[in-house]
Amino acid sequence: MKSLRAYAFAYLAFLYLPVLFLPLFSFNNSHFIAFPLSGFTLEWYRQLFADDAMLHALGNSLEVGAVTALLATLLGLMAAKAVTQYRLRGVGAMLGFISLPLFIPDIVLGLSLLLLLGVIGFPLSLAGVVLGHLTLCIPFAITVLIARFEGFDRNLEEVSADLGEGPWMTFWRVSFPLILPGIAASLLLTFITSFDEFLLAYFLSGTEATLPVYIWGQLRFPERLPMVLALGALILVASVALVILAEWARNRGVEKKSIGA
Amino acid sequence: MALALAAPLALLALYSLTATTGPVLEGGASLAQYAEALGRAGYRALFWRSLGISALVTAVTVMLAYPMAYFVAFHAGRAKFAWLIALTIPFWTSYLLRVFAWKIILGYGGVINSALLSLHLISQPLGALLYNPFAVVLTLAHAWAAFAILPIYVSLEKIDRSLLEAATDLGDGPVRRFLRLTLPLSMPGVIGAAILIFVPTTGDYVTPTLVGGPDGAMIANLIAVEFERVGNWPLGAALALASMAMVGVTAALFVAAARTAARAVR
Repeated sequence: MKSLRAYAFAYLAFLYLPVLFLPLFSFNNSHFIAFPLSGFTLEWYRQLFADDAMLHALGNSLEVGAVTALLATLLGLMAAKAVTQYRLRGVGAMLGFISLPLFIPDIVLGLSLLLLLGVIGFPLSLAGVVLGHLTLCIPFAITVLIARFEGFDRNLEEVSADLGEGPWMTFWRVSFPLILPGIAASLLLTFITSFDEFLLAYFLSGTEATLPVYIWGQLRFPERLPMVLALGALILVASVALVILAEWARNRGVEKKSIGA
Repeated sequence: MALALAAPLALLALYSLTATTGPVLEGGASLAQYAEALGRAGYRALFWRSLGISALVTAVTVMLAYPMAYFVAFHAGRAKFAWLIALTIPFWTSYLLRVFAWKIILGYGGVINSALLSLHLISQPLGALLYNPFAVVLTLAHAWAAFAILPIYVSLEKIDRSLLEAATDLGDGPVRRFLRLTLPLSMPGVIGAAILIFVPTTGDYVTPTLVGGPDGAMIANLIAVEFERVGNWPLGAALALASMAMVGVTAALFVAAARTAARAVR
């Protein structure tokens, strides 16, 4: 199986190499993104942090991502609890319909939302982007949370009720800690999805740009490219840090659960 | 929640049925936009090219990912988890930047050309790398790899190992065992991966815009032009719904064919 292992490493290189060119050329002392490298510089990073439009777009993206993550996870929590706890009629069809956005090309989703906002007179704004991102993120949140709800022992809640806790305290002291890793995973997944999303934001954001919309605007200007690469490198580092953090949190949750059970 | 999704789609359908060409809803219902969307040879060519590129992307991505997923499921040993993390990390970076990375790699003055030039392997930059359907397929195959690896890995992981031992004990060689057991049993993952990639890539806008050029343009580019520059919203809506219907039908046919094929092998 040596050749299979070699293939696996070659495949990994195919996945990583293109992405790693972003940080490499972000330190290169030239406007041209080409070999040979001409020298080391931090100039592009300096320009980046001096760019008010970029910082504004970053703020917008963080805001939209945070609001989307909280709302999607809250709605997902209610849906997941309803689905796993009660036998509702038509649950299958309902879940199928909610996950429909995964199977609709983004451009169709974006345009139909654009039409809808126009007809109901909702102004194009960051709030519109949040609405668009919710349609994408709620299926993710529900999927992650249902898996977590199904994974824990229902008897624990009954024991808590038998021992005299009301429904609210039972949720707060028993169910919530058990599904907390799922909530954290859902928040993270929906935040990154929203933070990264371009096309819906492009149609719905109006005059306020999110970070991907801002980047899209910069791609037309060759002299701005090194700065965009620096931004890309920073996003790469932040994303990797977040993923590692999430995995760490998830594993901690698993350990705790096994001790508790 | 279901209503929140149904309303925009219904509205899109409503727009596609108007006869006028502006962004205002007026006049009675008509199929004029669909006649226009499906009737023009240029539009039809774009539909076919979008389906063709996506089908190729799907095939390439799934075939490249299968051995990778197979390796992780059966031969990664204790490093399995580390492999899965390593394979997913690149997909947490911005989609826009992953696509853009290929533009700087394949460009006329880009990474490949400048590297070959400075190594004196070529005397003139290769112009044919970027702005063609090939660049679109390569970029999409890279951008969507995780959507192939993970479902295939999950379905391989689910296979009962004792079945494989039984096949070996009963005299099947590794190749026969793979073709008769492992491959058919992992088909749900392959089909899932194919659908997950085929459906969204047909409507992809970013990749054909950045690396496609005129020869690599896809249906999403046309839809966006109708909405933004031309302002012909009803035609844009008809094109969007027609492309969705085509993708849906193709995907359904594919699933049916793949299921039949998997059954026939067994």
